[in-house]
Amino acid sequence: MATRRELLLAATGGCLIGRVWASDGAGTVAQVEALAALPGKKPLIRRSFRPPNFETPLADLAAPLTDNGAFFVRYHLTVIPRIDPDSWRLQVSGASARRALTLSLAELRSGFEQVEVVAVNQCAGNRRGLFTPRVPGVQWGGGAMGNARWRGVRLREVLQRAGVAADALEVVFGGADAPVLPATPAFVKSLPVERALDESTLVAFEMNGRPLPHWNGAPARLVVPGWVGTYWMKHLASIRIEPRAFDGFWMKTAYRVPTGAFPGARFTSQETAETTPVTELLVNSLIVSPGSGARLSRGAHAELAGKAWDGGAGIEGVEVSVDGGQRWRDATLQRDLGRFAWREFRFVLDTSRAGRLDVAVRARSRNGAKQPDKLTPNPSGYHDNIVQAVSLEIA
Amino acid sequence: MKVALARLPALATAALVLGGAGGWLGAAEPLVPAQLKEETVRLKDAPGRELTEGRCNICHSLDYIPSNAPAMNRAVWQKEVQKMRDRFGGPLTDEEARQILDYLDGNYSGKP
Ligand code: HEC
Repeated sequence: MATRRELLLAATGGCLIGRVWASDGAGTVAQVEALAALPGKKPLIRRSFRPPNFETPLADLAAPLTDNGAFFVRYHLTVIPRIDPDSWRLQVSGASARRALTLSLAELRSGFEQVEVVAVNQCAGNRRGLFTPRVPGVQWGGGAMGNARWRGVRLREVLQRAGVAADALEVVFGGADAPVLPATPAFVKSLPVERALDESTLVAFEMNGRPLPHWNGAPARLVVPGWVGTYWMKHLASIRIEPRAFDGFWMKTAYRVPTGAFPGARFTSQETAETTPVTELLVNSLIVSPGSGARLSRGAHAELAGKAWDGGAGIEGVEVSVDGGQRWRDATLQRDLGRFAWREFRFVLDTSRAGRLDVAVRARSRNGAKQPDKLTPNPSGYHDNIVQAVSLEIA
Repeated sequence: MKVALARLPALATAALVLGGAGGWLGAAEPLVPAQLKEETVRLKDAPGRELTEGRCNICHSLDYIPSNAPAMNRAVWQKEVQKMRDRFGGPLTDEEARQILDYLDGNYSGKP
């Protein structure tokens, strides 16, 4: 049997468009991929032990909603407390808050309207391990993402209960996880006040009808549909409404892209002439099956299946090419779970001729954006949304 | 569940005791759930390994080093070591940083 590396080399030789992925969706990540289970989770692809960084195997991305047990886990810091949901409290305060609030989980659940949103949570660095040239950071394949039904209350209502002064500029979020050494910057993130007040931004306590798993932010986390996962603060502990731009390391130094290099919402209070925070998800897609290198029986029914998503405009269409990008044909879109959810697509493959079949997929957003053919270089390897291809064998 | 602290320096264990936040913070998760067997990560045996293991496993597991090797050369390793000290507060003298850089560049520039 061919090794993954051989497959990959063979595949890149003949493919005319898109980047061919390895069979497990982890792409060119050279490491041996160890599957391991955190307590309470299914076996996932381990990218680091401590802090735990675990990605979802491609097979677990097949379902419309990603199983809580299989959902990816991302931490920067290693001191991760187990939180007793009954004694947990959320502090809301800040120089632009009219009054300070302390809310228990019961008060959060009963004091505000409960709402649900199906939304993709994708790490900004998803697919970093496939980036060329290679860049440092957790070497994610394609599984630092998932799609879930999040239930909670609107952040807007919580902020309005505290009272948002006219001079509010950013809302700053702190989680309960902490660094080992006090000199390491705590993981604190901010949002523009308008994004915090958007009706889709939630303080969520349930995922797919169950309490949030510990490793996904129990007892409550932020859900910022359409924005990259770094803003979805886990183990949410504090919310501050502030008149000034927050200048912590994880805002002003990390999670940045060159200014003007990418489309999507701007975060002007954090922008400099050189760099700006990574914000919205770009239009993207993932082929879930068949995996690259799969053999299909000649003449048998075969279908390509996958997901497409964007930053919240919604998916308008998904196109498939089997001739190296000369002709594109529409895939069939499946059920619409909302504009922040991924959209499943299917496409019947022609298996009448024996030989190799290179299949490329390109999603199109309702805002007109399409997946590009080329990566836009950036030092942290964000926004990898280039056209993906799989190489199949019909025999 | 046992905390896999055997290979962590004293500095790391101190922070396991969490303070503040109105008392609702429970005990920390073990830094690495024992069944994951972090101790299976071994860096290449070469001069500088012990120093590198001692300094670079304070805040995270050592697998951050081999997994990043494909993205690395001497200049990038130098930036990373500086970042660990200046941005993240890692305790490193200039001499230690130099020895660690030699070790990393010699063993983890390009191949994991
Ligand atoms: C004071 C804490 C601390 C020490 C000591 C430390 N690191 Fe880190 N390191 C971090 C943090 C925090 C991250 C970010 C982790 C994440 O995002 O998953 C990191 C990430 C990394 C990364 C991934 C690339 C990046 O910049 O995010 C590499 C490689 C790395 N460290 C290497 C080292 C090496 C080599 C040493 C020893 C010289 C070291 N670290 C010591 C805190 C530390």
